[in-house]
This record gives sequence, structure tokens and C-alpha cells, in this order.
Amino acid sequence: MLEHYLSLATKAIFVENMALAFFLGMCSFLAISRKVETAFGMGLAVVFVLAVTCPLNQYLNDHFLEPDALAWLPGAEGVDLSFLTFLVFIGTIAATVQIVEMVIDRFSPGLYGSLGVFLPLIAVNCSILGGSLFMAQRDYTLGEATVFGAGSGAGFALAIVALAAIRERLRYSNVPAPLRGLGITFIVVGLMSLGFMSFSGIQL
Amino acid sequence: MRALRNAFDRLAPLFEEGGRLEKLHPLYEGIDSFAFKVGDVTRSASHVRDGLDLKRMMMVVVVALVPCVLMAMYNTGYQAALAVAAGADLLPTWHATVFRWLGLTLEPASWFACSVFGALHYVPVLVVVFAAGGTVEVVFSVLRKHEINEGFLVTGMLLPLTLPPTIPLWQAAIGTMFGVLFGKEVFGGTGMNFLNPALVGRAFLFFAYPAQLSGTAPWIAADFVGVDGFTGATLLAQAAAESGALAGASWSDAFLGFVPGSMGETSTLACLLGAVLLILTRVGSWRTMLGVALGTLAVSLLLNQAGSDTNPMFAVPFHWHVALGGWAFGAVFMATDPVSSAFTDRGKWFYGFGIGALVVLIRVVNPAYPEGMMLAILFMNMFAPLIDYVVIRANVQRRLARDAA
Repeated sequence: MLEHYLSLATKAIFVENMALAFFLGMCSFLAISRKVETAFGMGLAVVFVLAVTCPLNQYLNDHFLEPDALAWLPGAEGVDLSFLTFLVFIGTIAATVQIVEMVIDRFSPGLYGSLGVFLPLIAVNCSILGGSLFMAQRDYTLGEATVFGAGSGAGFALAIVALAAIRERLRYSNVPAPLRGLGITFIVVGLMSLGFMSFSGIQL
Repeated sequence: MRALRNAFDRLAPLFEEGGRLEKLHPLYEGIDSFAFKVGDVTRSASHVRDGLDLKRMMMVVVVALVPCVLMAMYNTGYQAALAVAAGADLLPTWHATVFRWLGLTLEPASWFACSVFGALHYVPVLVVVFAAGGTVEVVFSVLRKHEINEGFLVTGMLLPLTLPPTIPLWQAAIGTMFGVLFGKEVFGGTGMNFLNPALVGRAFLFFAYPAQLSGTAPWIAADFVGVDGFTGATLLAQAAAESGALAGASWSDAFLGFVPGSMGETSTLACLLGAVLLILTRVGSWRTMLGVALGTLAVSLLLNQAGSDTNPMFAVPFHWHVALGGWAFGAVFMATDPVSSAFTDRGKWFYGFGIGALVVLIRVVNPAYPEGMMLAILFMNMFAPLIDYVVIRANVQRRLARDAA
């Protein structure tokens, strides 16, 4: 069992890295990667939100949304609520993000300030919804969903912190004027995903 | 020499400010300082007193590559000669035509014929790589008004050595251009990039044209299909395919480099000779190299202990890992690239260890790539800035704590 969870986590962090293999969550990935410290805070927030929303959504999906999931309720056999999946998933995510926001605001106002608008925007970060949808599509159990969520978040955090460190180093580079800012960041991300190709094809 | 100097001095005004060829100044400057020691003297403070500038440093790397280059030419011919001796034909390319026209016959025993045949494959690739990459470099330095730098000389020397002998020349050209452009020039040139440009070029080729850079076909420059005893696969690919493949192979052949593979990577001994020069001149970091070796040792021992019934790569011991594939070439020449590796001394240990650990993991765990050196180095290049960040932060913290006490 432990081995299974371990390989699931490895897969989520490296082989199917949210940012560099699927290119999900690009907006915050590109926007919050100017400084390592901020990127680290962003990474932690994503880890937390993914690790909470994935199992939560798994529970909801398993007991309420999937076809015939309401069989435990007398008289509700055969009810299919899967058309509500997106709505419920996003609702869970938005609620979780709200809590994270309040916690960060209370305990780390500096980080709250530097994350800015991108903190509430985690709610619509595609890597978060992507995590829940992958989880539903692959029929993970509650335990698997937790590991997968935390692993995907850790992968995203790893990628964004590495990108931030690279961008800090590149501050001394002499990038051609038209490419400065977002342009060179796109190129850097492309080259990074070339490095992450090391893991593509691994079967776990 | 004096005549050459005079010629340079006569031409100099053309390229100075206001001269007719002012725009091509980087080109002139590059050739001039390649031939002569730089005579410019700083006019105000911060006087450079060391003759070892970037150009001399890069030249040391080029000199260190000489054993690998010689071995590349000999072994390319030798592998083809072995195939021919076993009954294969030469490939119907211009190489064979020129070789026959020279009146030589390809035999494993004749090192001269082998070297000539290998040179016929290696030299054109080298020329094309320099022409293609040099064009990009010159265009950028003219447009952006920075100096041409010997950094490209090293990139141009490294890249052909990592390519198989049968690589089509146009692919070599495209790979180089991609590597120099996106690996280096978009960041502003030598010293400003974060990945090794030669490896970016090779990785691009590897993923864009897998048929010419992986599998069994490209490693021997002869038409060996159907000849008994010749699969054409590298030893790493054979070891991954069946257990016991290495038991039948000779470790000393792999160490000395008499095995199929990319042109310059096969000989661990030649790379070690280069490593000695790099370490003695302090151009290459021994910390990085030792880190790579330690990482490889740790993970290969771990995987040997773990064992596997289905994957024969688990059982490959340390001394085979270092002799096979691009391990030595990558550890000595690619990982130590001062620009893309970690800057801090302590960081270099982590950086090197990471490469060593990762290369074994990729070779063993990832069935898609029997060789892992290129991707392992690229991956750690990516994390080198983060390693530096953590090391510097830890240092700052430690000093703060010390001063507070």
C-alpha cells in the first residue's frame, strides 16, 4: 500500500507535473515567479488547496455526484447528478481558497500583499480544478486522492520555485528588449519542460 | 606572427567607430583576440591582472577535448571496420566514395584507415556545426553589439561529439542553431544563460528526430542490417533489453571506448584525461565531477540492493554505469560548464550529486530512454539557481546567528 502511494506521489510530482508536463495553472505560474520567497508562498498555498480539495471533491463525487452514487439514500437509486460535477468542484475549491486567504491574511500579511490578486485567483487556477477532474476521471479512492492532490501541489510548488530562482538569476542577463518580461519567461518555461521530459514515459 | 599582427593593425581602423565596416567590429575583435592576447588596457579602476580571461579558459576546455576528438575519429572508423569485417557493406554515402577514392581499405587492425574513415564522418559535422552556430553568434553579436565569445567554440566542439556518426548534416545544423539561439543568445550571450547550450541543441534533436538519435540504427557507420552478431545497439540499450548482456561484454572495451555510441562519448579514459587537465588548471570543478560520481555510486548501490525480477537495469553495478554511454563525457565536460552549473562551492556538491543520482534513475527506471546523462544534466541545470539560492540563504542565516551571539 505504502509503495503504491509512493509511486502515485512520484508520478504526480515528476512524471505528470501540473505546470511543466500539462501546462496547467500557467497564469499564476508565470505571474508569481519573480521572487523565490513569494513563489514559495504561492507553492505552499497551491499544495494546501490541492491536498484539501482533492479528497473533499472525491468524497462528494463518490457519495453524491456519480451515477447511482445516491443509492445509500432510500428512494434515490439510479439518480445521476454528474451534470453538477463542475459546479460542486468549483464551489469546494472557492470555499477552500477563501479559508486559505483568511489564514494567510491573519498570519502572514507580507505574503498576503505580495500574492495580491493571485491568491483569490487560485480558485480559478486550472491546475486546482485539473487535479479534481483527473482524480474523478481516474476513480481514485479517498487515500489516493489525498496523495495525488498533495503530490500535484508539490510538483507545482517545485516548478514555480525553480522558475523563480532561474528568473532571479536571469535578472542580470541581457535579454533582447522585445523579449523582456513575459516573453523570456515563456522561453524559460519551454526549456524547463524539456528538462522535465526526463521523466516522460516512466511507468509506475 | 608579426606580419599577421601588422595585417590586423592595418585592418583595425576599418572596424573602429566611424570606419566603413564598423558594424562588423565584433567579428574583427573575435578573430583578433582569438589569435593574440588582448592588448587592451583598462583606463580606470578595477584592473584585470590575470591573463586567464574567458577566452583562454575556453581554450583550455578545447585542449582538454583533444583526446576525445582523436578517439571519436578512431572509434567511428573502428566500429565501421568491425562491421565490415563481419560482412557488412559501407553505407552508400559520399563518405564511402571519398574513402575508396583515397585508396584505403577499412580494416580493424589499421588505425590509420579507421581514423581517416572516422574523420570523414566527424569533420564535416564539426564544420557544419561551427558554420551554423557561428552564423547565429555573429548575427547576434553584430546586431546586439556584444563581443563574439569563445564560449561558442566550446559549444561547437562539444555538440558534434555527442552526436552519432551517421547524423544528417542538416540536422546537426538545426540542432546547433536551436541550441545557440534558445539556449544562449535570447538570454544575452555567454554567461547569461541557465542551460548548457550544447545540451539544449542535442535535446532538441533527440526529441525532434528520434530516428536519427536513438534506437539501433545510428551508432555504426556501416550497413550492418542482417549481419550476424550486429544489432547496432549501444551497450546500455542491450543491458536494458536483456539481463546478462553485460556479462558477455568487455568492461575494458567500454572503458577505453571501443564500443558503438555517440562519436566522442564512448571513451571514459579519454574523458578522464580531459578531466585531469581541467582540474589541474582549475577550469573544471572537481567538486561537480566528484559529486556526480558519488551520486551515481549511492543510487546504483541502492538499486543493486533493491533488485528487480523484471528490470535487468537494476543489477547494473557502479563501474559499468560510469563506463557506459555519456556518463564520463557529461560529468567532465557538460556538468562542469561554469555558467549553467551551481555557482557556490557547496552548491556544486548538491548539483553534481543530483546529476549522478538522476542519471542512474533515468537509465534504470525510465524505459523510454536507455541513456540518461543529457536529461539528468539539463534537469539539474534547471535547479542550479535554486540550489545556489538555498546555499546562500543558509550562509546568511548562519552568519546572522553567529553575529547575534
